[in-house]
Amino acid sequence: MSVALKIADITRRFGATVAVDGVTLEVESGEIFALVGPDGAGKTTLMRLLCGALAPDSGSATVDGIDVVTEAERVQGAVGYMPQRFSLYPDLSVMENLRFYGNIFGIPKAEFEARASSLLADFALAEFAERLAEALSGGMKQKLALACTLIHRPSTILLDEPTAGVDPVSRREFWRLLYRINRSGTTVFASTPYMDEAERAHRVAFMTGGKIASVGTPSELKAGLHGEIVEVRCARYRDARRALHGVPTVRSVEMFGDALHALVSSAAEAIPDFRRRLREAGIEDAVFRAVPPSLEDAFVARLTA
Amino acid sequence: MNWRRAWTIAQKEYTQFFRDRRTVAATMLMPLIQVVLYGYLSSDVRYQPTVVWDLSQSAESRQLLEAFTNSQYFSMKYRATSMEGVVRRIADGEALAGIVIPPNYATLLHRGKTPQVMVAVDASDATAARTSLSVAQAVGSSVSAKIERKAIAARGIPIPIVGVDIRARAWYNTALRQEVFIVPGVLALVMQFTMTFLSMSTIVRERELGTLEQLVVSPIRSSELMLGKMLPLMTIGYINVTAILLMAIFWFGVPIAGSVLLLYFTVLVFFFTTLGMGILVSTLAKTYIQATQLIQFFLMPSMLLSGFIFPVDAMPLPLRALSYFVPLTYFLTIVRGIIIKGVGINYLWPQIALLAALGLGVFVFAVTRFQKRID
Repeated sequence: MSVALKIADITRRFGATVAVDGVTLEVESGEIFALVGPDGAGKTTLMRLLCGALAPDSGSATVDGIDVVTEAERVQGAVGYMPQRFSLYPDLSVMENLRFYGNIFGIPKAEFEARASSLLADFALAEFAERLAEALSGGMKQKLALACTLIHRPSTILLDEPTAGVDPVSRREFWRLLYRINRSGTTVFASTPYMDEAERAHRVAFMTGGKIASVGTPSELKAGLHGEIVEVRCARYRDARRALHGVPTVRSVEMFGDALHALVSSAAEAIPDFRRRLREAGIEDAVFRAVPPSLEDAFVARLTA
Repeated sequence: MNWRRAWTIAQKEYTQFFRDRRTVAATMLMPLIQVVLYGYLSSDVRYQPTVVWDLSQSAESRQLLEAFTNSQYFSMKYRATSMEGVVRRIADGEALAGIVIPPNYATLLHRGKTPQVMVAVDASDATAARTSLSVAQAVGSSVSAKIERKAIAARGIPIPIVGVDIRARAWYNTALRQEVFIVPGVLALVMQFTMTFLSMSTIVRERELGTLEQLVVSPIRSSELMLGKMLPLMTIGYINVTAILLMAIFWFGVPIAGSVLLLYFTVLVFFFTTLGMGILVSTLAKTYIQATQLIQFFLMPSMLLSGFIFPVDAMPLPLRALSYFVPLTYFLTIVRGIIIKGVGINYLWPQIALLAALGLGVFVFAVTRFQKRID
């Protein structure tokens, strides 16, 4: 397999802050790769470095073999980059927005017509072609943004939190489109704050404090937890969390929906201990269960480690 | 330079501009409204309501008053029969000028002596008062010249007039009409305001929208983006200039003495300044609101220093020195030169050269800053 993205020890500072701190990463062609991390982890800066919008202080990167530092202009013509707040021109119609990007990328007229109509059909936007972008729903805007990103048939697309602020149904539809695009051979490199989206990717990288904390398939990352998760349900979960915090066998304890997730080495050993401790704290209604770790557990464990 | 990409930007700008009816209306009407307002407001020095106390009540005194009326600057609205009456009208603000003719006016004239006529002007508004006073003086000297000629003719002796005879003559704007002076000024001012403002907002708006980031990572170059943005603005600018000129000619009857072609060329030179200034402001501000406030910081001093309101030659030295760095100063001189005086490039080239130098300086600086911002 060839390499779509090759990032080698890349660093970018903004004043005293090191936004991206010596990141090394490889993404293979045809992968869906998710970059997960909390706000301020440096995901957006990394994305901007990869599309040549920012110059790195040190290190290098290539996208489809093109150097992003020395050949920034070629990179920009080759990749599809969808910024976090991809903005359409609200006062232009769906078709006008598409045509604008088609012309910017220098696509011949006949080819554009064919490409645009197939994209609009695939994205279920054909009947809204003449509608002004400002009159589209959030999900439709997102789809149009993706269509604009794909207008020049890039082999790699970089998506910076593409589904931020989009409703769950539209998010699901958006991911269906990503799979479809990916099936036709496009490499997808997407950052996301949503764990459920990361679970859909072929491979995931955790990014925190400007560094890549771990990389792997979702199952590898979960396995890399080297521990088990005890789910604790009770009415006074705040008190329960306080009671379990700082217990030597507990590596982390976090809220997870309406339950607590505690990361321990062995669930079988931890549960009786937990029961005793919570009873001492006056909590009688607690229910314990060993659950398979989710990606979020793996992520939180990494962050709190 | 890829012309297709530049044209793509221009096309988009045209579409967006003409789709927004309110912006179209504002941009197209604003200059005309300004011309009308400045044109009428500035000509109100004429027909000043005047109170007259004519103690002479003679044919000669009536002749004098007629001369005042004919100047169009005085309108004999009130008659008074005492000095108190004159003072009261002026104090009340009903009259802005008072003329008192002494009882021996005609007699003195017949004896060949010089009678004294009092003209009092309400000088609360110094500019208007200065105009009235100088017009009054002009009326006085022209009447006495006429009387002298008549006296000489009556004696039938060709005696040369002795003494110094100063004949001040208004050149170019012979009728001393304020509109003639103000229209070129408004043209310059509108060009500066509209163009700076539009070029600033077309960039700040894209930055606020987030579309600028997309353009940065697209294959488009800064130069293509700039050109694509400037073309539509220049079109709008030329539409404005043409509208103002048509208005000046057909509404105010202000003739264009010089070459329209040269005027349009210097407008092109001035575009670099105004568009450059707009781009510069757009690189300094983060939001539209910030930018609109910042732009006042540029526009206000340049309007005051340019000679639009206060003549540059009358400014204290440090301010006058400063005014030489204001591009509008040169553009005003050029536009007034072409429209009022009808002078050509052989007189105006130093001004045009300086304007071009300043404009290119601002423009290059702004575009360089803009490129840095993209990175």
